[in-house]
Amino acid sequence: MANEVLSAISVCKGFGGILALDHCSIRVEEGDIVGLIGPNGAGKSTLFDVISGFLPPDAGSIVFSGREILGLPAYKIARLGLVRTFQIPRSLMRMTVLENMMLGAQGQAGERLYIPLIRRHKVMAQEKEIREKAEEILEFFDLRRMRDEYAGSLSGGQKKMLEMARALMADPRLLLLDEPFAGVNPALADRLIERIRILKEKGLSIIIIEHAIPYVLALSDELYVLNKGRVLASGRPDAVISDRRVFEAYLGEGA
Amino acid sequence: MLDYLVSIALTAGIYAIFALGLNLQWGYAGLLNFGHVAFMAMGAYVTVLLSMNGIPLLPAVLAGMILAGAAGAFLGMATLRLREDYLAIVTIGFSEILRFILLNWSSLTRGSFGLFGYPRPFQDLVGIRDYNLFLAGLVLAVLLLVYMLLETLARSPWGRVLKSIRDDEAVAISLGKNAFSYKVQALALGSAIAALSGSLLAFYLQYINPNNFQPIETFYAWIMVIMGGSGNNRGTILGALILWGFFSTTRFMEGYLSFSPTASSGARMVLIGLILIGMMMFRPQGLLGRKEELSIGK
Repeated sequence: MANEVLSAISVCKGFGGILALDHCSIRVEEGDIVGLIGPNGAGKSTLFDVISGFLPPDAGSIVFSGREILGLPAYKIARLGLVRTFQIPRSLMRMTVLENMMLGAQGQAGERLYIPLIRRHKVMAQEKEIREKAEEILEFFDLRRMRDEYAGSLSGGQKKMLEMARALMADPRLLLLDEPFAGVNPALADRLIERIRILKEKGLSIIIIEHAIPYVLALSDELYVLNKGRVLASGRPDAVISDRRVFEAYLGEGA
Repeated sequence: MLDYLVSIALTAGIYAIFALGLNLQWGYAGLLNFGHVAFMAMGAYVTVLLSMNGIPLLPAVLAGMILAGAAGAFLGMATLRLREDYLAIVTIGFSEILRFILLNWSSLTRGSFGLFGYPRPFQDLVGIRDYNLFLAGLVLAVLLLVYMLLETLARSPWGRVLKSIRDDEAVAISLGKNAFSYKVQALALGSAIAALSGSLLAFYLQYINPNNFQPIETFYAWIMVIMGGSGNNRGTILGALILWGFFSTTRFMEGYLSFSPTASSGARMVLIGLILIGMMMFRPQGLLGRKEELSIGK
């Protein structure tokens, strides 16, 4: 049996009187792509927020790489190798594409206030390494020629790509992609599927929230359907998608 | 004429240092500090009080910077977990509270009588006649040093994290950056720089009193930063030069106009207000700012 990368057990999160997550459990095996689907308001993005530490859950347990991460601040969770992207692309508009990318690298000595002042050469050498890595990843996403543009001037699809590329700069072990295909045109989407497969082959584990079911089916090893904060069904994608309850969750009971 | 240029170099230089501290906080980190003058006052008073008690000037200046930096960090820690406008409210409150403490703690500060007759750097060596010229040189050297420090930082990975927090804090956090810590660092460093400008101001004025540190001083710094282009250190220095150039030339022209002093100082502020409004309409990015940074996104 493969190694378990993430296991969220019985996570609950309420907003006022509404239970956005109601004893929601999900697990990810090493190197797997897990699809997360469900109607609007099912709690998918809330689950991402909770796993990545952006929202504190009311109850539950989240184990990542064998370590309980519940209660850790979001930036520390990212440093452990659990990196998320956002549903609405959040580029750093007033920074260039390359700057966006370079920000993602971990373990930068020059991010400490005094290091750039006293160890200039070390910082410059590290910057060079990070820049090369950034250009490599940009090339992988066909964004290299945009590297000196302001991120704010990219198209919606390009911003999505940049966000994924930037997350990869952090060398994640588990990547949470929130609707990576939204706003991406169909031709680009096919290439994006190829790229996500390449990342998987390199050993990256991924959870994908996506409304475009065909893309999720094309990619997922495991599929979870969320409805009203609960896991409605999970398992092999083809089995899950033909489940009557899933059909009803999307179209209403008796449909 | 030389005296006139020296006095512009002194005031513009001191205020440029002051405003550079604010530019680090606002222009790079997006922090709303509306009480910047408090840290200038701390620098001035700590330096003067310590040196009057026999502490050499260099440690006295450094003590002011450290104390102001600690105060800035403390205000940040107390408010930065809240919404960003709380920092603005708390800092402006802090600057007024500090001014009233300085006014009323007479046994220490002599209140509104102010402090004078304190040591100035190398005053025995230089002599009184050329002292302002010497001090202008010192101020410009410090300005250059502060500018180079801030430029190095702005171009470093540290500055990159700061800019990312200004643009979208959640992104910085999602990439493993401790945004809170960086904001506190920017506040502390900017406040320490303001304290340094306060020490220099005290050396120049030879007399300080709490009313040198009214809230309007904070907003002069804001005008300089915005006029020059937020996030642009050279722009901030240019803004300081323009504002003080404007102040001194209009003061010069007062002799030819039949305004009373209060009316003319009021008219001056009206004019600055009009210039700023015009600028927001026709050049919102500031004199040296980059237009793309404003027009994209959103």
